[in-house]
Amino acid sequence: MNAAPPLFEVRDLRVAFGRNGVFAEAVRGVSLHVNHGEVLGIVGESGSGKSVGMLAALGLQPEGARVTGSVRFKGQELVGLPRRTLRHLRGSRIAMIFQDPLSSLNPVMTIGDQIAEAVFLHNPDMSRKAVIERATDLLALVSIPQPDRRLHQFPHEFSGGMRQRVMIAMAVANDPDLLIADEPTTALDVTVQAQIMEVLADLQARLKLGLILITHDLGVLAGHADRVAVVYAGQVVEQAGVDDLFARPGHPYTRGLIASIPDMTIERERLFSIDGTPPALGRLPVGCAFNPRCIAAQDICRQTAPVTTGAPEHTAACHFAFQTVEAAR
Amino acid sequence: MTRYILRRLLAMPFLVLGIVTLAFLLTSVTKGDPLTAIVSDRQMNNPEVVAAAKAKWGLDRSLPERYVIYVGNLLTGDMGTSFITRRPVAQDVLYRLPATMELVTAAMIVGATIGIGLGVLAAYFHNTVIDHAARLFALFGSSIPVFWMGLALLYIFSVQWGILPGPGRLDARATPPPMVTGFMTIDTLIAGDFRLFIDAVWHLILPAFVLGWAVAGTISRLVRANMLEVLSREFILTARAKGAGEFRVVIRHALRNTMVPTLTVIGYSFAYLLTGAVLTETIFSWPGMGSYAVDAARGLDFPAIIGVTIVGGVVFLVTNLLTDIAYVFANPRVRLG
Repeated sequence: MNAAPPLFEVRDLRVAFGRNGVFAEAVRGVSLHVNHGEVLGIVGESGSGKSVGMLAALGLQPEGARVTGSVRFKGQELVGLPRRTLRHLRGSRIAMIFQDPLSSLNPVMTIGDQIAEAVFLHNPDMSRKAVIERATDLLALVSIPQPDRRLHQFPHEFSGGMRQRVMIAMAVANDPDLLIADEPTTALDVTVQAQIMEVLADLQARLKLGLILITHDLGVLAGHADRVAVVYAGQVVEQAGVDDLFARPGHPYTRGLIASIPDMTIERERLFSIDGTPPALGRLPVGCAFNPRCIAAQDICRQTAPVTTGAPEHTAACHFAFQTVEAAR
Repeated sequence: MTRYILRRLLAMPFLVLGIVTLAFLLTSVTKGDPLTAIVSDRQMNNPEVVAAAKAKWGLDRSLPERYVIYVGNLLTGDMGTSFITRRPVAQDVLYRLPATMELVTAAMIVGATIGIGLGVLAAYFHNTVIDHAARLFALFGSSIPVFWMGLALLYIFSVQWGILPGPGRLDARATPPPMVTGFMTIDTLIAGDFRLFIDAVWHLILPAFVLGWAVAGTISRLVRANMLEVLSREFILTARAKGAGEFRVVIRHALRNTMVPTLTVIGYSFAYLLTGAVLTETIFSWPGMGSYAVDAARGLDFPAIIGVTIVGGVVFLVTNLLTDIAYVFANPRVRLG
């Protein structure tokens, strides 16, 4: 272990939603970390709690959610921090971008005003002229042509890819240390997805950002992440360096995810998919949460929840972690 | 935008003509005989007097003839002469319209401010005591009749507690300033009499509140519903993720996105306020169009009735146009044309 704390460290994060006093956990004890300048991929199906967890870590959980555990940013605990203090971190030291760039931008504010807002919220002493200059530079930074003209336009005058570039420009407005990108390419056309990933990867390298890339597409992470955390039903089921994960997946769920990446070089009848659906909130199966969908499930999987095992740089939460399907049988 | 406004303005005369025609036809089908307003009961049996009156007021002519004459006169700004006040209707209206507009504008300001404010609070603190209180306030406003509320509040605030003045636009002992705009609050300032200005504002509070309450209720419910919808949208999350404070998130990001429906209801509230002003003015002895209309209707004062109808219609047309233009500023996606 090195002495300096990681840039961002989540320990045993739990997020529960309550109705009439009964709480159901959407995030069930997630622990992960990101180092300075590192790209962590978080992969999981929709509803696995990956977005909710990251939002909650920044105090942006939906109303009525209960958040426990520890979130440390540069050693500073964020959970339980007063709203005001948290606000100063958000958008300046920690920035976020979201899935759908159309609904993520305010339809009645110009692009310029929205980017400028990100700048002056954290630089209240900056002159108006300087703020606008900065906004123009930011648009240029994400390769939007004619930025000074585009500044006066509204989101509906931008294409999907352009809007996501605007979101990225807004996010890096204050040179953050950490950027959380929640499914940044999901809502975009396939042809645009690659461009946006390129912009993100380029900025990440240039600004030495710590980047958390949340996605449901393991394929996206292959080329862009340093490490990957696989999330299932609100828990991290496997965590490893990206090459190690693809070479030696330790959890049957990860293996299923890898198998379902479309491979254009092989002709197949149909794409592999994991049968079944993730458990609904508050309706977890007994034992391992993945057991009803697992092709290698044994009696023990239906009785006790597995503990996380493996070396620190590659962990998996499975009774038969790192064993082949055949060995498990 | 400019072309759109020009086109709307060009359509205006035709719409006004429609209003004139309708008002004219409606008054002509009323059962009442306007002669009773002109000729005294005793003289009614005197055929010569009756015939002279008919000739003088044009009542001996056919309806189409009267219509053509009326429209012709209207083009020169002549709206006929009131049977009752024996003054030109145009002059009466010019004197009374500002009083009503002042009251209606004040009521609109009261209604929109309280309505939007309560709507925002109710949405932000939804399902809390604040929300329930706002709902009750809105319910009272829209269900209690203006005339009853006016009397009740006048009794409580003016008679019982004496913290607000009674009916009228100014203190009864005060000398009104020379009429320039007809807006008492503005005229007192033009006259440079600040104490009289305060007095005018003081007199405006209660009737404006009585008239504005119902509008505040409607607006607050609408704003609440729209705010709840907008607050759940993703760009609100973006704003918070940027580090914007709650006030900024609510006012600058959320509220601005609810302005289009809000403007619509504010625009249409004007019609309600003009009608509501009739009763409010009667209770508060407000010398405006409302009380004028009531007198005209009671006395079968046809020229006055038609005149009031036309002016009310035109005011409504203008506010509608203004509302449509305001849409552009509220929502950049609206393109007029």
